[in-house]
Amino acid sequence: MDFLTADEWEAVRLTLAVAVRAVGFGLPVAVVMAWLVVRGRFPGRGLLGMLLHLPLVLPPVVTGWLLLILFGVRGPIGGWLFHWFGIRLAFTTAGASLACGVMVFPIMVRGIRLSLEAVDRGLEQAARSLGAGRLDRFVTITLPLAAPGILVGAIVAFATSLGEFGAVITFAANIPGQTQTLPLAIYTALQSPGGEAQAARLCAVSIALAMVGLGVSEALGRRLDRAIGR
Amino acid sequence: MSLAVALRHRFPGREIDIEFTAAGEGVTALFGPSGAGKSTVIAAVAGLLRPDRCRVDVDGRVLTDTAAGIWLPPERRRVGLVFQDARLFPHMSVTGNLRYGQRRARRSGARETIGFDEIVALLGIEPLLGRRPRGLSGGEKQRVAIGRALLAQPEILLMDEPLAGLDDARKADILPFLGRLKTALRLPVLYVTHAMDEVIRLADTLVLVEAGRVAAAGALNDILARGDLAPGLRDDAGSVLSMRVRDHDAARRLTRLETADLVVWVPLLGVLPGTLVRVRVPAREVILSRGQPDGISVQNIVAGRVRKITEDAPRHAALVEVAVGGDILLARVTPDAVRRLGLVADGDVVAMFKSVGVEVVA
Repeated sequence: MDFLTADEWEAVRLTLAVAVRAVGFGLPVAVVMAWLVVRGRFPGRGLLGMLLHLPLVLPPVVTGWLLLILFGVRGPIGGWLFHWFGIRLAFTTAGASLACGVMVFPIMVRGIRLSLEAVDRGLEQAARSLGAGRLDRFVTITLPLAAPGILVGAIVAFATSLGEFGAVITFAANIPGQTQTLPLAIYTALQSPGGEAQAARLCAVSIALAMVGLGVSEALGRRLDRAIGR
Repeated sequence: MSLAVALRHRFPGREIDIEFTAAGEGVTALFGPSGAGKSTVIAAVAGLLRPDRCRVDVDGRVLTDTAAGIWLPPERRRVGLVFQDARLFPHMSVTGNLRYGQRRARRSGARETIGFDEIVALLGIEPLLGRRPRGLSGGEKQRVAIGRALLAQPEILLMDEPLAGLDDARKADILPFLGRLKTALRLPVLYVTHAMDEVIRLADTLVLVEAGRVAAAGALNDILARGDLAPGLRDDAGSVLSMRVRDHDAARRLTRLETADLVVWVPLLGVLPGTLVRVRVPAREVILSRGQPDGISVQNIVAGRVRKITEDAPRHAALVEVAVGGDILLARVTPDAVRRLGLVADGDVVAMFKSVGVEVVA
C-alpha cells in the first residue's frame, strides 16, 4: 500500500494499539464503576459519579498534566510502579493508552450506566427467588441484558480514543513510533512546511476509522439486541 | 405442612396488619380487592419486602422473624414465586429458563422432588422448549414461569395474580394445568387473586383480605357459605362443595353427586363414578320452603335447619345459611320471604335448587 508511507502506517497501527488497550483495560473497570454508581448503597456514591465524569469536562491538557503529576516517575503512583515493577508510563506507549483510557472512561461509564439502569429489576427479583445470589444475578441476568449497550459504549469509546490529543501529548509527548498517534501525526504534519498533503491523507484515514467504528457499533448493537431476545 | 404469616407494615397513607395460618397441603387463596395488601403478603413471604414487623413460618422453618432478628435472603428461602407478568429471562430459551432455578437448587444440595420431564408434561410445554420467551403467548409464558418456579424445588409456591393479565380464553386454557399441578404435587400454594372463579376452582383455604386486614379466614366453604360475609362477595355468594360422583342415570340424563350428608342431582357428567368434583350452588339459585313441595321441576330438594339469617340491607335481601348435616347451603331471598315463612335460627326448612343451576367447576 503506497497510499501511506511506512511512518504513517506506523502511526495508524500505534493509534489502533493504543485505543485497543485503552478500552480493553478501561472497560472492566468501567463496568464495575457503573454498577457501583447504579446499584451501590454507600455514602459518597454521588461524589464517585462526579469524579468519574470529570475527564469529560476538564480541559484535556489539565487531565494530561494531572496524570503526569500522579503517574510520572516521581509521582506517587508512577514512582511506586517504577520502583517495584520498573514500569514507566510517562512518555511511553502504555502512557498514551492510559491517557486515552482516562479520557474516554466517562463515555464508557455513561453508556454502561444507562444500559444497566434499563435492565428490568423484576427479572433480577425473579432470579433471586430462583436462588441466584448477588454476583450470580449480575453475571447471568444483568450483564447479558446490558451487553448491547456496553458493547456500543465500548466501540464509541474506541472511536473517540482514536482522536484523543491533548491529554496524550501532555502526558506521553509526541514521539514517533511510540506515542505519536494519528491526531499527533496530523498536528506534526501541519506544523512542518509542505506537510498539508500528508495531513490530508492522515485525516482521510481518521475519518474512515471513525465511520467504520460507528457502523460496527450500530450493526453489532442491533445483532446483540436480537440475541438477547428483544 | 403449615404456613403461618403475621405481618405489619405501614406504607405512606395505609397500614397493613395481616395474620393467618394455613394448615395442610393445598391452595390457600388470598382474596380481596386491589390494594387490600395481598401482594404485600407475597412480597414479605418471598423476602422481597422487609416489613416493619413480620414473622413467616413455613412448616416450622422460620423465614423471617423481625422480633428475633431473623431475615433469610430471598435466594435462600426455597420459595417459588410466580408473578403476574411472567418475568421470563428474554436472553434464554424456555429450557434455559426452566433450568435456571433447577441448577441452583442442585448446587445448594436441595433434594430434587420435582423432575424436569414431569413438569414439562404436566404443563404441556414440550413444544416450547427450544423457543425464546418473546414469541410465546401470555398463557404459554405463564406456564413456563410456573414450571421454572417449581423446578427450583421450592417448599412453597407463591402466585401473585398469575392469571390477571390473561383474557378469559387464555385463563380457561391454563386453569386445568393449575388444577392438575395441585393434585400431582404435594406442595402448599399461596395464591393471590381478586377473581372469585379462580378461588372457587382452586382454593382449599380462603383468606379474605380487606383494607389491609384479614376479614375472615378458614376452609373454603366455611367462608363462602357465611351469610355475614356474602354482601362483600355480591353475586359470588354461594356454597362450594366437594362431592363424589355416585352414579349416572342415563335414562334421565342426570348424574348423582354425594357427600356424607347431601345428595345433589346435576345434568349428566362425563366422568367415572368415584371421581371427586367441586360444585357451586349460588345463593341466588336456592329457594326455601316450609314443607316438601309437590309437582315441581326442581330436582334437588333437601331438608335442613336454618343456621343463621343475615340481612343484606343495601340489596334488600336476606342471606339464610341452611345446614344439611355437615354441609352448608346459602340462600339469598327477600326479607319478606323470611317473614312469610317464619324462618328463625334452628328452625326446619327445605332448600331447593335446580340441577341446571348447579355449577360444576372442577
